[in-house]
Amino acid sequence: MKIAIPVDEKNENSRICVSYGRAPYYMIFDSDSAKVEFVQNTAADSAGGAGIKAAQLLVNHKVNILITERCGQNAADVLIAGNIKIYRATKALVMDNLKAFLQGELEELSDIHPGYHGHKN
Amino acid sequence: MNKYKKLLILSGKGGTGKTTVACAFINLAQAKAYADCDVDAPNLHLVCKQSQDSTNTDYYGLQKAHIDPEKCTGCGLCTKYCRFDAIYSKENKYFVDPFSCEGCSVCEFVCPASAIFMKDSITGEMMLYSRPSLFSTACLKMGSGNSGKLVSAVKKQLYDNLDKGCEIVVIDGSPGIGCPVIASISGVDMVLIVAEPSVSGISDMERIIDTSNRFGVLIAVCVNKYDTNIPNTLKIEKYCHNNNIPFIGKIPYDKMAVYATNRGISIVSMDCASGEAVKNIYTKTLEIINKA
Amino acid sequence: MSIFKKKENKTIIAVLSGKGGTGKTLVSVNLACVIPGAVYADCDVEEPNGHLFFKPINLKTKEIGILIPSINEEKCTGCTKCVEFCKFNALAYVGRVMVFEEICHYCGGCTIVCPEKAITEVNLNIGKVVIGDSEGTRIISGFLNVGSVSGVPIIKDIQKQIKEEEHTVIVDCPPGSACAVMESVQSSDYCILVAEPTIFGSHNLDMVYKLVTLFKKPCGVILNKCDGNENPSKEYCIRNNIEIIAEIPYDSELSDINGNGEIAARVSQKYKDIFMNIAEKIPKVK
Repeated sequence: MKIAIPVDEKNENSRICVSYGRAPYYMIFDSDSAKVEFVQNTAADSAGGAGIKAAQLLVNHKVNILITERCGQNAADVLIAGNIKIYRATKALVMDNLKAFLQGELEELSDIHPGYHGHKN
Repeated sequence: MNKYKKLLILSGKGGTGKTTVACAFINLAQAKAYADCDVDAPNLHLVCKQSQDSTNTDYYGLQKAHIDPEKCTGCGLCTKYCRFDAIYSKENKYFVDPFSCEGCSVCEFVCPASAIFMKDSITGEMMLYSRPSLFSTACLKMGSGNSGKLVSAVKKQLYDNLDKGCEIVVIDGSPGIGCPVIASISGVDMVLIVAEPSVSGISDMERIIDTSNRFGVLIAVCVNKYDTNIPNTLKIEKYCHNNNIPFIGKIPYDKMAVYATNRGISIVSMDCASGEAVKNIYTKTLEIINKA
Repeated sequence: MSIFKKKENKTIIAVLSGKGGTGKTLVSVNLACVIPGAVYADCDVEEPNGHLFFKPINLKTKEIGILIPSINEEKCTGCTKCVEFCKFNALAYVGRVMVFEEICHYCGGCTIVCPEKAITEVNLNIGKVVIGDSEGTRIISGFLNVGSVSGVPIIKDIQKQIKEEEHTVIVDCPPGSACAVMESVQSSDYCILVAEPTIFGSHNLDMVYKLVTLFKKPCGVILNKCDGNENPSKEYCIRNNIEIIAEIPYDSELSDINGNGEIAARVSQKYKDIFMNIAEKIPKVK
């Protein structure tokens, strides 16, 4: 199982990034190998539709679980289509969230906010 | 999560006095850091004077198309495929109108001569002042879009340069309810809404409350120029009461506010009715934000 | 004056302001009323208000749509070329291509790059243009559907309509200086900038003035809500040598008329005269 968490910095002491779509990196934890990798979020600089592109990135990395503070509707559509479950982050640090998830303490994110797309004007 | 508190001041449309309230709060809090997220028409720098020049950086948005006149054979395929009327011809050569170009790169794809390339375009400018306070602001270039992303960049510029001792950050938000507002709200602790007692003001307020609720931030409401329409002010009060939102003050219409603004000074630095009202609102705001 | 004016007399006047709430619609509506045969065009498609004053009749409605991609899943091989091409991230591929209509900029790129010709385009309604009549004034209004992103296609349609008109057209522009405004400024002969008497007002005036000079359009300023005190917008005009067409004083009578959705130039002789005077000061550009 692969678990992705948006992070501000490329290390395990990082905080979770408040913005899912525009996080600079994702930390991806593979529970089968217990290995951690950091993936650059190529969607972060998008003028618009960053959430969708970021979701595509996670789908392409065969992620199963996303832990985030919030998530937009468009991104959620892609994640759900890719069978990625979304859980609500409750801690400040990325590792604390991962631990909480593995101990079954996190809940699924239920309130997806409507898509506030990067529009033209 | 963070040691310092982030307070965002919002209103629906422009002209409700949002910037005046933001400026007053900055003075009262002696805020060491603040930002103006109204990147389409930034105004805060007019009333919160800085003693030093700013450090400016260009801000890049979507790429735009460029045509190499040497390579262009004048076939006109680009014009045919462009959906935005952004390519025009002059003496059998083709040119891109940067204001109309949306950056879709269809022209680059269809050009048989490889004469078209996409290039970063500067769509705005970010300014960072550091003395006497840290002040982050930006201005979009005319005809540019993507202000949501620029708003995020303005906030990031502020947070990245904060001093450790900073206790409160005041952010003047963007008008409207669209993408820039969402970018403003994201990550703040509290939203103070400056509402106007008009029919459209009430509907704007309801929409912002709705949006803010989704982000799980603290919300409080105050009314500006409340005495210009008392019945509507009462409606706002009632709405807040029914929805469990703290209603924390009413600012009267005050000619002195215009006088102060035009001199670049804050209403709380003067002896006036609107200034007194804002001081009370400030105290109540602190109570709410510090309890959290 | 005959209402059948010659086409040479046609002038397109764009009315602009840096922010909302300055009185842009007030000026546009009243000017359109006092200029014989004039047409009023509301390009503020996100918040069109002009029709609330004119209450036009004999309405003709034209739906405005854009072309968005539709995927033929039988032909799609999942090569994801379309997803990679889309600069707006409006497409995603998760076992099938997903289209996010509200992000789509309808550039048509995906249909061109698809090697299987699996993408066709279908119409998506984004709003409408309504043309009507109000006591002899032609009223053109654009309406963008709530939730639709860009009103530019609607504004372009209104511009087309404006080109076909035979008389002077008053164009009520969207606030600000974004793309939607530039469309309106570019096709105008003369610009009227409406400004409030505060430093915010003068700063916003500065923004639109720069826009107008960028397109080298002749312009003049109407100072609104003048209260007899200092007026930074006026000082800005004097400093930059911009013609002040008129100063409209702050008047509770005017805001009452306006607040009730009535047109001052139609119900008050005083305001009829004021706007007639303003109309006479606008140069016949063509």
